[in-house]
Amino acid sequence: MTAALPHTDPAQSPLAIRGLTVSYGEQPVVFSVDMTVQDGAMTAIIGPNGAGKSTLLKAALNIVKPLSGHVTVYGRPLAEQAHRIAYVPQRASVDWDFPTEVLDVVLMGLYRDLGLLGRVRARHITHAKECLARVGMEDFASRQIGQLSGGQQQRVFLARALAQKADLYLLDEPFAGVDAATERAIIDVLKSLRAEGKTVVAVHHDLSTVRAYFDNVFLINRRKMGEGPIAASFTPETVQATYGGRLADGQITQLTQEA
Amino acid sequence: MGAEFVILSLAPLLIGIFAAVACALPGNFLLLRRQSLIGDAISHVVLPGIVVAFLLTGQIAAWPMMLGAAGAALVAVVLIESIRRLGRVDVGAAMGVVFTSMFAAGVLLLEQSDTSSVHLDVEHALYGNLESLIWLDATGWSSLLDPVALQGLPPELPRMALTLLAVACFTWIFWRPLKLTTFDEGFARTLGIPVQLISLGLVVTAAIAAVAAFDAVGSIIVIAMFICPPATARMMTNRLSAQIWWSVAFAALSAILGYVLAGYGPLWFGATDAVSAAGMIATVSGLMLAVVATIGPHRTA
Amino acid sequence: MIDALLLQIGYNATLVTLGSAALGLAAGATGTFLFLRKRSLVADAVSHATLPGLALAFMLMVALGGDGRNLAGLMFGSALSAWVGLLSVSWLTRKTRLAEDAAIGAVLSVFFGFGIVLLTVVQTLSSGRQAGLESFLLGSTAGMLFSDAMLIAAGGLTVLASALALRRPLLLVAFDPGYAETQGINVQRMDLAIMTLVMAITVVGLKVVGLILIVALLIIPAATARFWSNRADRVVLLAGLFGGLSGYVGAAISATAPGLPTGPIIVLVGFAFFIASLLLSPARGILSAVVRHRAYQRHVHLRQGLLSLAQNQPVYEAMTRCLLRRAGLVRADGVPTAKGHSHAAAALRDETRWQALRSSAHLSELSARDDGLTLILDVLTPDQIAELDRRITSEQRAI
Repeated sequence: MTAALPHTDPAQSPLAIRGLTVSYGEQPVVFSVDMTVQDGAMTAIIGPNGAGKSTLLKAALNIVKPLSGHVTVYGRPLAEQAHRIAYVPQRASVDWDFPTEVLDVVLMGLYRDLGLLGRVRARHITHAKECLARVGMEDFASRQIGQLSGGQQQRVFLARALAQKADLYLLDEPFAGVDAATERAIIDVLKSLRAEGKTVVAVHHDLSTVRAYFDNVFLINRRKMGEGPIAASFTPETVQATYGGRLADGQITQLTQEA
Repeated sequence: MGAEFVILSLAPLLIGIFAAVACALPGNFLLLRRQSLIGDAISHVVLPGIVVAFLLTGQIAAWPMMLGAAGAALVAVVLIESIRRLGRVDVGAAMGVVFTSMFAAGVLLLEQSDTSSVHLDVEHALYGNLESLIWLDATGWSSLLDPVALQGLPPELPRMALTLLAVACFTWIFWRPLKLTTFDEGFARTLGIPVQLISLGLVVTAAIAAVAAFDAVGSIIVIAMFICPPATARMMTNRLSAQIWWSVAFAALSAILGYVLAGYGPLWFGATDAVSAAGMIATVSGLMLAVVATIGPHRTA
Repeated sequence: MIDALLLQIGYNATLVTLGSAALGLAAGATGTFLFLRKRSLVADAVSHATLPGLALAFMLMVALGGDGRNLAGLMFGSALSAWVGLLSVSWLTRKTRLAEDAAIGAVLSVFFGFGIVLLTVVQTLSSGRQAGLESFLLGSTAGMLFSDAMLIAAGGLTVLASALALRRPLLLVAFDPGYAETQGINVQRMDLAIMTLVMAITVVGLKVVGLILIVALLIIPAATARFWSNRADRVVLLAGLFGGLSGYVGAAISATAPGLPTGPIIVLVGFAFFIASLLLSPARGILSAVVRHRAYQRHVHLRQGLLSLAQNQPVYEAMTRCLLRRAGLVRADGVPTAKGHSHAAAALRDETRWQALRSSAHLSELSARDDGLTLILDVLTPDQIAELDRRITSEQRAI
């Protein structure tokens, strides 16, 4: 099945994972997963709750330590290519009471340019503000981060990733708990990234928007359940296999059919 | 405010200020990382550290004792972390197990060894002896320019000044990684920042500050200064850099007010003897915290 | 030493040993509720906060012309100031943005600092009369009176009885405060009850182990007991046992020679129990965890290696290759042996069956048991497997 797909050469792929197993205690959360992300496309990682979607992403980035597995980024080891990746963590993973302002958070994305003691110059500020403008948050630059709504927090995180000027964007549940306007704004930004030839991978939980937002899907439920273009891989069979008995048949057919 | 002040009060006052600020700086990051009590743990394990150093070298010398105490702090942190991870014990309990046991070991070692000839006891470890660090060679303000008199400064003063300088440099140089790893550890990792090394560096810095301060002022000030000035500062502002400056100000102010109140306060009430300066500094920092917790501009989220 | 453990070395030593055992028992059991509620270090704030009350009670009793060293009076004073400390912690946590750990640290250092200030005042006041309040920092059992020992034992046992009487609601709150609330339990009041018991233990234990180390008696036995049972009520029981044993053995050892202070020895005996449990507990101990983790990691690598062999894919990781070679599944040059071929085929068959199971209408529920390592033979009956195999063959024909 997979052999027929284009772009499956690990050396060409922005992110190629082989045999990745992650376990908390003695229960594998992700088991022996292979993934080959297609360059210049938008890929959704989907699967039921607790299926290892976020863990897959974190293990690929070495934020959690995998039990086994082999990851390459543009054909090279992760450590050499880390500068080409921008990661957007789950909103809930940080302490929003931290004493800092929106612009500061975006400037964190420039850490590689600034280093330990590099001065923040006007061009850095301008760049950070442009990134904020791209997500529609330019008016909030000096706002304390604790005062933002969930959707605004998510946009700030996206702006920080934009500031990194990466080639591969990895997002963990970017649409979780955000308002419709934010969802719209985020997907527009992601599509504009694709238009620039960047690669986007997002953990996604809303099956009804997969078809509209993404080019490819990666289905996971502890193991890989399917991978490839929406048309070929986002089918009632793969979704049924991934979600097991959790979705009704009618629901699945409806979700996976062309709108 | 003449010669008498320079001889009796200048050195302890400066030592108190330097110690307070050196502890408050790393305390800010510990506070934001919800690790405030690491400071508590460190200050308890300083005792076994210096006792072991004393038993090994047979003398009360500053550097071996500082090394011993820093070593004990590292051992404690590693133990706490291992117990937490390997034994799946929550972090508070892991700390409680480690620092009480190490403190108990320190007391036992102290009782078992012959320390009658040297000034080393638990009370000293707890509340230091700030008042005794006087500058006998001074004759007045002019002594500050007199190389001979400067030789006679209590050695704690240059040591504490050096420590403060080192802590300040650490905070300044590693400002960005400290801030990043404290706010968003996962993201910091993807930037290639050695997250664990930074955390360890912070703890070691805190330990160095604690050990140097402890030598001069005892461990109560250490715990109080790790926590109270940063906590007070957090309620004054929503910007990290401003919080750091506020905490420095609160720490220095606690040291000055506390020292003055301990030395002169009882006289105002007609008593003849001063009270513990270390205890008073901690008390003043607590009063500031209480005031800001009641009326501070950013006291609630 | 044996004599000491058998209470054969004198009246005072026996008194101290029995008193310490009672204290340890009560502290261990009480501390468990705190431990399970993950608020162990609140006890540290409470115990340090006793110092100002201790000094003030002394001054007050002297001012009224009494004996400043009256243990009951000192206990009352320290309880009052511990209470104020506790209120301060909860006030700071509720009314400000500060987290509980910061509130605990602030209260314990400030109260302790203020206590030291008062202690220096006491020293100057009772010139000539040594107050001996310093002994409360680390505890002192020398010259303990019979009445003191009785007070400690009675206090400890009263706390123990109250804790046991309240154990059901306390455990419910510790386990799931939200659920406890729906069961009509007032969580705040139960938290308050735990803290009151902790405070009582602290005050009772001041004389023996001192205010710096009393927190150890509350935390260490509970943390130790947790290694040996997953049932909350057993943990309480075991913690009492470990606490009592630490108190008894510690006090006995301390009585055998000079220079062995009671409080620290009790703590260190408790710590020895803790370390032994941390290493050796079969369910949660480090040694067994290491052994299990290594075995598990090998299992995962072998399974993945076999699947790669079966699908003719390269094996990327050195560890996997090494394990395959050592198991005699591949030769040194990476070519599978006959045994390797058959094992790989078996692994692939298992994998295919799991896949078939997932799309099977009535068996797909069982796919939750698929963790990559469980063999399908252990989950399904032979009949069910035969059914899966039929489905697989028919699918293959269709392709």
